[in-house]
Amino acid sequence: MTNGAESARAGTKLDVAGALKDAGLAALVAFGLFSLILGLRTEQSQISQQLALIPRPFLLAAAVAIVFAGRFAVALWFRRGVDIDPGALVPAGLAAKLDRLGHYAAPALLAFALATPFLFYSNRYILDLGILVLTYVMLGWGLNVVVGLAGLLDLGYVAFYAVGAYSYALIAQHFGLSFWICLPLAGIFAAFWGVLLGFPVLRLRGDYLAIVTLAFGEIIRLVIINWQSLTGGPNGISGIPRPSFFGIPFSDDEHGFAAAFGLEFTPTHRVVFLFYVILALALLTNFVTLRLRRLPIGRAWEALREDEIACRSLGINTTHTKLTAFAIGALIGGIAGSFFATRQGFISPESFVFMESALVLAIVVLGGMGSQLGVAIAALVMIGGFELFRGFEQFRMLVFGLVMVAIMVWRPRGLVAHRSPSVHLVERKIIPAAIVEEARR
Amino acid sequence: MGERGRVEYFLQQFINGIALGSIYGLVAIGYTMVYGIIGMINFAHGDVFMVGAFLALIAFLALVAIGLTAIPLALFLVLLIAMALTALYGWAVERIAYRPLRGSFRLAPLISAIGMSIVLQNYIQITQGARVKPLPPLVTGGYTLLEHDGFAVQLSNIQILIVLTTFVLMLAFSWLVAATRLGRDMRACEQDLKMASLLGVDTDRTISLTFVIGAALAAVAGIMYLLYYGVIDFFIGFVAGVKAFTAAVLGGIGSLPGAMLGGLLIGMIETLWSAYFSIEYKDVAAFSILVLVLIFLPTGILGRPDVEKV
Repeated sequence: MTNGAESARAGTKLDVAGALKDAGLAALVAFGLFSLILGLRTEQSQISQQLALIPRPFLLAAAVAIVFAGRFAVALWFRRGVDIDPGALVPAGLAAKLDRLGHYAAPALLAFALATPFLFYSNRYILDLGILVLTYVMLGWGLNVVVGLAGLLDLGYVAFYAVGAYSYALIAQHFGLSFWICLPLAGIFAAFWGVLLGFPVLRLRGDYLAIVTLAFGEIIRLVIINWQSLTGGPNGISGIPRPSFFGIPFSDDEHGFAAAFGLEFTPTHRVVFLFYVILALALLTNFVTLRLRRLPIGRAWEALREDEIACRSLGINTTHTKLTAFAIGALIGGIAGSFFATRQGFISPESFVFMESALVLAIVVLGGMGSQLGVAIAALVMIGGFELFRGFEQFRMLVFGLVMVAIMVWRPRGLVAHRSPSVHLVERKIIPAAIVEEARR
Repeated sequence: MGERGRVEYFLQQFINGIALGSIYGLVAIGYTMVYGIIGMINFAHGDVFMVGAFLALIAFLALVAIGLTAIPLALFLVLLIAMALTALYGWAVERIAYRPLRGSFRLAPLISAIGMSIVLQNYIQITQGARVKPLPPLVTGGYTLLEHDGFAVQLSNIQILIVLTTFVLMLAFSWLVAATRLGRDMRACEQDLKMASLLGVDTDRTISLTFVIGAALAAVAGIMYLLYYGVIDFFIGFVAGVKAFTAAVLGGIGSLPGAMLGGLLIGMIETLWSAYFSIEYKDVAAFSILVLVLIFLPTGILGRPDVEKV
């Protein structure tokens, strides 16, 4: 620390020795951390079934060298020794520019989304990816109601996704109801579960609530795995009915969609239809959320997020307020889940693990809790962006984890950090991130 | 069915439960200490436990590779190496992901901890592979406590080792908290972080050391887990972590004897549930206890009621 203080006083003079010392220490720590795990790999031999060690000295050396170089650069750059000033990483001018860009980003993204099926009509892969991204956008917006608006950290969001998917699959298979009836039904079921689970737990404080929702998510998954007679257990449910174009199936015969509209049959019709369905569902979610924010209940959510005790003093029923947020979030998650079921045609408990909850949470956190646009961009970047780096699939969750930590350390309000007030007098003022953060302390 | 009704069967499960509970208790101490001092749930602690188990496995294989075959000496060295390196992981996690967040909004450290947990899991998965890692039993043998109508109640050496180690560590740790300078600093920080820092306690250092000690204890638990079950994979930290957290909450979060008591109870409940009801739903039972305790007994058995100040 003394090195840092001296160099700060010295002004622009570079403190190479101090930086070297810092970097050396960091490299030593890195060597300790990586020595066994990165430097040696346990491999099970085919013959004896015994574990053998394979040394990886170069990987270890490279990792330590990277840490050394990185730390050296950081220490030199900031000339302050240990602590990094988070504000310095994103200059104010850039942040303001990003904010201004935000006004055009939403319409541009919407236009792009609407045009995607025409632009990439022949590219099935892009269309499927688009559907996936939009599913996560919808899930992100749903979780945003709970985490971003009401400030309740829900780590078991995937439970409602699962309830929606399984409700859809079971109702559609056993009662033969159509997609458009099952969809809201599945959503209502999920919302019902949200209320049921939420009622006892919502009196808990923030972090306890997070752990309890996590436990609920796991309980639901374990029950799905073990209740074989209903859910098919680990094998899942297959042959889930595909959606139809308001009663006209996408099939290759005279009753099909193609024949009815005088088109040549291609499987792409259904994919495009699914794309627009999820786009419409996501936009509906967005519209409903934005409207709810202006209602008293939405304002109560945001007040609750800022200060629960103040809320109670002002006579807001916190249990009801939390419960509605929970139920609406669950409803959206359930509808997304039933869409997932009909798109895949097959669901199994493997799709509803905790990592899925963490992924949606990472999207909400990265996007800036409470910002609709931020969540959409984050979903596009995190789901779509990773498809560009195929082959690095296994690094995907690692990077997600690192991003979650980095965002919390450097920009806790997310990438789109400003917040426009839900209610305003005369003129709409943008609240800069710094002030929002200030109020949080 | 007849076997289940016997006293011997119950006794056997009771012993198994205590051994398992000791492991949970060691991990639970890490949760309870951190929560006591800075009021955050260190979600990554379960994964630190998992890293400890992996470090122990690799250290053991490395020692065997350089020709050290005397099991007791090897195990002792493994214990030291794993504790030291896992403690370093605990320190690094705190330094990278939690210290910069002090004074941030309430959920920030928890979200950061979840990120860290994902990072640790995937780091191990990428570097060591996703397959389970088996280790042949190193501590074998045991005693037959009593035998009746062909059903023997066994107490294996590994169970004795686990319970003894846990007991010794608990004694040492209680002494550390009650009688050393560091322990006094920790208790001061637990009562009032700001006031402690005004009175000259180096709070950052105390918090760091808390993480270091918690991680070292988790490493011991990791070794015990490795020896007891003989297989580990990169995912063991998640379920064990949630159960240990349940133990900490059940015993009363912030209370050290509570963590141990909660650990024993959770181990016992899990073992007996598997023995008498269904093994498939044993995790559901543990998670349900977490939910029920938080709803009906949020202060736990030995915890103090926590008053939220404005």
